[in-house]
Amino acid sequence: MLELKDLWVEVEGRPILKGVNFKIEQGETHILFGKNGSGKTTLLLTLMGFSRYKIINGAIIFKGQDVTAFSPHERASLGIGISFQRPPTLHGVRLRDMLTICGNGSGRGEVLATQYNFADFLDREVNLGFSGGEIKKSELLQLLTQDPDLVLLDEPESGVDVENLNVIGQMIKELLQKKLKRHRQKSGLIISHTGFILNYLEADKGHILLDGKIHCQGNPREMFEEIQKCGYEECARCRR
Amino acid sequence: MQKIEEKAKKAQKKKATYGEDIELEKFVRQAEPVSYANLDPEEQKRLHQTGLDLNGQGHSGAFFQSDCSVVHCQSTYKGLEVLPIKEAAKAYENIKDYWWQAVSVDTDKYTAASELDLDNGYFIRALPGEKVIYPVQACLYIRKEKFAQHLHNIIIAEEGSELHIITGCATSPHLVSGLHIGVSEFYIKKGAKLTFTMIHNWGEDVYVRPRSGVIIEEDGVFISNYISLRPVRSLQTYPSATLAGRGAVARFNSILVAPPGSELDIGAKVTLKAPEARAEIISRAISTGGKIIARGLLVGEVPGIKAHLECKGLILSEKGIIRAIPELEGQASGVDMSHEAAVGKIAQEEIEYLMARGLSEEEATSTIVRGFLNVQIDGLPAELQAEIEAAVKESEKALI
Repeated sequence: MLELKDLWVEVEGRPILKGVNFKIEQGETHILFGKNGSGKTTLLLTLMGFSRYKIINGAIIFKGQDVTAFSPHERASLGIGISFQRPPTLHGVRLRDMLTICGNGSGRGEVLATQYNFADFLDREVNLGFSGGEIKKSELLQLLTQDPDLVLLDEPESGVDVENLNVIGQMIKELLQKKLKRHRQKSGLIISHTGFILNYLEADKGHILLDGKIHCQGNPREMFEEIQKCGYEECARCRR
Repeated sequence: MQKIEEKAKKAQKKKATYGEDIELEKFVRQAEPVSYANLDPEEQKRLHQTGLDLNGQGHSGAFFQSDCSVVHCQSTYKGLEVLPIKEAAKAYENIKDYWWQAVSVDTDKYTAASELDLDNGYFIRALPGEKVIYPVQACLYIRKEKFAQHLHNIIIAEEGSELHIITGCATSPHLVSGLHIGVSEFYIKKGAKLTFTMIHNWGEDVYVRPRSGVIIEEDGVFISNYISLRPVRSLQTYPSATLAGRGAVARFNSILVAPPGSELDIGAKVTLKAPEARAEIISRAISTGGKIIARGLLVGEVPGIKAHLECKGLILSEKGIIRAIPELEGQASGVDMSHEAAVGKIAQEEIEYLMARGLSEEEATSTIVRGFLNVQIDGLPAELQAEIEAAVKESEKALI
């Protein structure tokens, strides 16, 4: 589904990613761990094609196609979707309009909004005055409406209260077709600080990003336990 | 009346404080009377765009003046009066209590010209306690080439009444140049509510000089929506509202677009003279190559007032100019006044956010521009809000 080949990225002239390599197969969910500032968000936004993130070397292959030079719009059309950690506020654009855009004109978004108890927000301007948890819900709702094949989630649990964590978890499970035991089509790459997501879904692989490079790959649950115990410093030393 | 005339004569050469000075002599004052049937289909279409519907459906009243002649004037609601101002001046002796009471006749040469050589204008009045829910539709139209239209309008919302007016100003599609001078005086009595929505639809070489004043009494509410999205050579206006009674409210919303060659100098001044008065001036300005000056002045004279001013501008072309001049003047401790102003371009992050949801760059830009111009106005009937949205949508095609 997705392959990163020696990806080097800089932001405003500062190198952030320094040769990232990994692969996500169809139906797999991967978790990306890493300290603040290690480049996790940069990696996700680079995958979506944001212009602030300049690829200076390497390639992004999606569904067998080199999409390195593609715009966010082209990548979205091919089936990449992202939930932002801190999305911008769109003044005068209502969530209802946004869901229409995500659903390519279908009314799917409004049905989902009702299903996830978010219909009261349909006439609110996108992200204006939303709490942390509301932003996450709104982002996931947009993604569910968009229904991408590769789901990129940037800390979907941050700022969400305990009560809503369960809903967020359910939404992500739905996005990644976790109810299907076989023939799962959707793949995911999720940034998680708290490991919360592991309580809701089985992830196939974990990666630790440190100083712009992938340092460790393995079973995400074991990796998370290790990080909790020893911190990221241990990973830096270990470099498996 | 004698005194008014004298004052006007003295101000005949007085230049306006703001805006390019216009030589009135370059325009003509003679025009042939017209009827609606005289208008060709293209003109009728233009009028339709301003929202004019002479069948009166969905309206409580209508007024249509072309050049100097009143073509249509009608009220279909018994608690509402709609008259040509010249008729009203004859019919009502107490019109002098409203004539040049909210605007000074010697403000500048334009107010003077309106007094000394008046064509006509409208008198619209909601009787006490009457809720005129459907809007009154007014249209001021210039048809004759180089015509200078001189108008004087008086609008009165009597105690406890509610009135909505939508005015479309337009020129004939065949016309190149013209001048519109429109004096409007608004009187909002105790507990009354008036919304006034103005949609400009001029030509590229047309000059426009509205002169407006508003007096709002206790618990009265005045909402002005000022929309100019099409080319106009020069439009300068600076209405002034006085919140004279406790709890009076004034809101000025402007939605402005300046294409290349257009210059818009638009502001509002609100003087808050009574406790619990509230005022808000909000403008959204887009330049696609023209110049916009967005002014705003709030004067808080007594404690316990609250006022806010907001100017936001987007420059969508290399050559556009937007100048925001927000001013606050507090004259007592205990006033609560604020302003914010921002001029810039569309944030790339916002465009790409929408692109990540499947829009092309062009579609994303247009969505943001539409959102920018989409000011949700409290207290406006749904059909007027829809009319504003339709006007914005129409102009958006030309914008991007």
